[in-house]
Amino acid sequence: MAITREHVLHVAKLAHLDLTEEEVERFREQLSAILEAVSKVSELDLADVPPTSHPLDLVNVWREDEPRPSLSADEVFANAPDREDEFFKVPPTSEVREP
Amino acid sequence: MAGLSWEPVIGLEIHVQLKTRTKMFCACEVAYFDTPNSHTCPVCLAHPGALPVANAKAIEYTVKLGLALGCEIAPRALFHRKNYFYPDLPKGYQISQYDVPLCGKGAFTVPEPEGDRVVGITRAHLEEDAAKNVHVGGTGGRIGGAAHTNVDFNRGGTPLVEIVTEPDLRSSDEAKRFLQLLRRTIVELGISDAEMEKGTLRVDANVSVRERGETGYRTRAELKNMNSFNFIARGIDAEIERQIGVWEGGGEVVQQTFDFDAATGKLTPRRAKEEADDYRYFPEPDLVPVEPSAELVERARAELPELPGTRVRRLEPELGFDLAEGLVASGRDRLFARTPGDRRAVANVLMNELAGAGVDPDAVDGDELGKLIEARNRVPRPVFADAIARSGDEGFSADPFLAEEATSDVAELGPLIDEILAANAGQVAAYRSGKEGLLGFFVGQVMKRTDGKADPRVVNELLRAKLSA
Amino acid sequence: MIDTLRLTAEEALGLLERREVSARELWDAYRAAIDERDGELHCFLSLVDEPAGEGVPIALKDVIGTKGIETTAGSKILKGYVPLYDSTVARRCKEAGLVTLGKTNTDEFAMGSSTENSAFGPSRNPWDPTRVPGGSGGGSAAAVAGGLAPWALGSDTGGSIKQPAALCGIVGLRPTYGTVSRYGIVAFASSLDQVGPTTKTVRDCALLYRTIAGRDPSDSTTADVPEVELPEREDLRGVRIGVPKQMVEAEGIESGVKDAFERTIQLARELGAEVGECELPLSVEYGLPCYYLVAPAEASSNLARYDGVRYGLRAPEDAYHAMVMRTRDEGFGDEPKRRIMLGTYALSAGYFEAYYGQAQKVRTVIRREHAEAFERFDVLASPTSPTVAFELGAKTQDPLAMYANDLLTIPSCMAGLPGLNVPCGLSEGLPVGLQLIGPQFAENALFAAGHALERALGFDRVPERLR
Repeated sequence: MAITREHVLHVAKLAHLDLTEEEVERFREQLSAILEAVSKVSELDLADVPPTSHPLDLVNVWREDEPRPSLSADEVFANAPDREDEFFKVPPTSEVREP
Repeated sequence: MAGLSWEPVIGLEIHVQLKTRTKMFCACEVAYFDTPNSHTCPVCLAHPGALPVANAKAIEYTVKLGLALGCEIAPRALFHRKNYFYPDLPKGYQISQYDVPLCGKGAFTVPEPEGDRVVGITRAHLEEDAAKNVHVGGTGGRIGGAAHTNVDFNRGGTPLVEIVTEPDLRSSDEAKRFLQLLRRTIVELGISDAEMEKGTLRVDANVSVRERGETGYRTRAELKNMNSFNFIARGIDAEIERQIGVWEGGGEVVQQTFDFDAATGKLTPRRAKEEADDYRYFPEPDLVPVEPSAELVERARAELPELPGTRVRRLEPELGFDLAEGLVASGRDRLFARTPGDRRAVANVLMNELAGAGVDPDAVDGDELGKLIEARNRVPRPVFADAIARSGDEGFSADPFLAEEATSDVAELGPLIDEILAANAGQVAAYRSGKEGLLGFFVGQVMKRTDGKADPRVVNELLRAKLSA
Repeated sequence: MIDTLRLTAEEALGLLERREVSARELWDAYRAAIDERDGELHCFLSLVDEPAGEGVPIALKDVIGTKGIETTAGSKILKGYVPLYDSTVARRCKEAGLVTLGKTNTDEFAMGSSTENSAFGPSRNPWDPTRVPGGSGGGSAAAVAGGLAPWALGSDTGGSIKQPAALCGIVGLRPTYGTVSRYGIVAFASSLDQVGPTTKTVRDCALLYRTIAGRDPSDSTTADVPEVELPEREDLRGVRIGVPKQMVEAEGIESGVKDAFERTIQLARELGAEVGECELPLSVEYGLPCYYLVAPAEASSNLARYDGVRYGLRAPEDAYHAMVMRTRDEGFGDEPKRRIMLGTYALSAGYFEAYYGQAQKVRTVIRREHAEAFERFDVLASPTSPTVAFELGAKTQDPLAMYANDLLTIPSCMAGLPGLNVPCGLSEGLPVGLQLIGPQFAENALFAAGHALERALGFDRVPERLR
């Protein structure tokens, strides 16, 4: 399964990785090889096999609707790269929120 | 509205914030009009290693809502991750539901003057709300020109139900009627405040048009950011008109998203994104499936109130459709039921005076209100209005107001009316030459002189007699 | 004089209980060993200066969140990040009186089999410092093997506890999925990650597992755990051991590894075990590709939270999306990037069914194959790693060769099964590990079998060069 440069750039954008030119080329080669190896799973005809998304068959694990204390402002912002008053501050978003 | 040959096709997407005490996946209190970020924890700030645990109440509420919407409750529902980046989405994914939502297909019946409109429900699913971005600085605070963005995670993680309808609505009126009844249902279930101004109820509309008789659907546009039922109706009407214009002008409607601007009543198209979204949904591995037990579903079903649509039909024979719908949609029909007296008179007072005074119908003692309504023509008008305004007060009694009988004594009113007519000869002449609308003017004068205590029926009678004499 | 190279945690507990040594003396002994050897081995990413308690020390892999102690997961993107809360396992250790020595090195976000993917430099194998200690939990394994900690906790997604334990000649348990809370553990792949002990003996392993296991209301995917029994028996009478044919015949298994394994199986027979052959053909053939779809897919989503907004690294950029993209490119090393890309691809529109969807079905096949094997056997046995510890740099240029290290550990992980590594001999002077796999929740069976073999093998776990 050969991956094109466009594939790499599209996936990097979805994953929000601003790859360097060198990385784009290196990952293109490596991902092509890895994808070829993992594509092996498609050899099996598993049309009638249900998927396993979880190794344990647990259901209905819920929590009662009881509040517990939240963090203090000091804790909330202890690791914050930037803040303004009681907000986390980030560079401006460039588009209207979607969805 | 343009030509009769066009038929609008409308579907709605409704987001309802649930009124739980805590967030969907953590134990932080839902209280987002508080100091920013004061209701946050490692889970809703998406710190490394934090894990979600589902709120049982939110699941119960969603099941209830699903039942009220006639939905099939899924025997096994999954949470999925919807992946994308935005500052208000701390995990880089929203926990939502995808191909197996908690509530599947349903139908919600909206009574209309001529028969019922059955609106298909595609699904209703449970998810978590995003946090709040505040765009700061730049040119007028518009997003495009913001200098930076501030994020408040208090709202992030609030339980949210998304209801998606089939494209079964055929006019803005129908859409509005559906939403009013849906809102009433939600409020009565006690699962949400469902207030558009507060954002606890949010509605997007998908609008297209087609020629009557056509069976397929044409390209639709999505309308967002409409924060009242009236704006929704106006937005839909504007979009219908626009699309008809496009088709009739030989053009083609393209898929597009519009923001409705309440100030101008105009639709502004959103800038098209460079590429299609790819949310990479997959089952949330940090949560286990939800399998609502028969017991949970039956308990929720037993707790359902009689649905508003049914109540409109029950009241319609004695009140007519408009009053019946008005009472139910405004949440006054329960007060109506417990207020004795002439049915139409009671209904009218509830929809006019009581509504005008902004009284909470659930706080009113029906018996006291009934006494007041029964005496409405005997007590002076200002007294009646005052009494209505206070009818929701704790321990309200009608008696003190009933004591203030209106003056209907002809011996007292007759000379006063003569005096007023003599002082307004011009108006009397005008009335007699056909301007009968001036009757109100004379009534007003009498009321003014009697401090509103004159019985309006007697005043009317006397005035008519004297003026036509 | 406390010999930290030989002292087991159980012995250390006894010394403290009998007041033969003080907690301070014990702490100081390990600190002295760290001062002496960590410069070479680089097991620790951070050290705690003063003991916060009076119990036996413990080292924690740096993916385990510790309140007030920097937790980086071996990544530059979390450099300086100090958790606001204790992970459930860290809390349980504290409550049991264990005292954190420090945080051990790991491949970045636990992605790797050698610790060479740590952003802060690799750890080295105490048996031969030119070689890797395995990974991702190489720091924990090397610390225990090198006498820098009496025991340690690691995390295992596809072999990160078992494989380094094998390469360092110690005991390591990857518990049944859902028996140990993941709350507070920096996530790699949620449906696979499990925390478990790295110890000198099987009994130590059972003791530490007993401390950390149990249902946790903060982790929806945990289950109730059967009472943990400390193993006593020294024979294997009545124990049915299955040897999956495809796991001993797999390509790439070194002959020295095979020899040590076969000698151990012979010993098991002598101890009274009924040994038979079984089949896991699809699990062995498709386990690795299945893992390298499921784990990266989940990782691509789990690592999306590192966006420079609330904590961690932030690259200076004047627009939000640009900031996030730059932060992630600068903050993540090659391996996380590779797996994020791979996982994003596997989940993306048009590829989901062929990759992630299909891999989930393969997972069902792997579960079924194992379930079938456990109809006839109590425990399955195989080598843990196809090779002994390899030299640093030997596989860093070839991701696929590195991934192949986990060939034998991965299948049972995909099925959520417990696996125990017990050192079973040497090949070329380096430790070889035996992997014992059990059905879900059968940790006690693994401890019993592992303990009996450990006694009979008499493996000297102190690295030859340090004796």
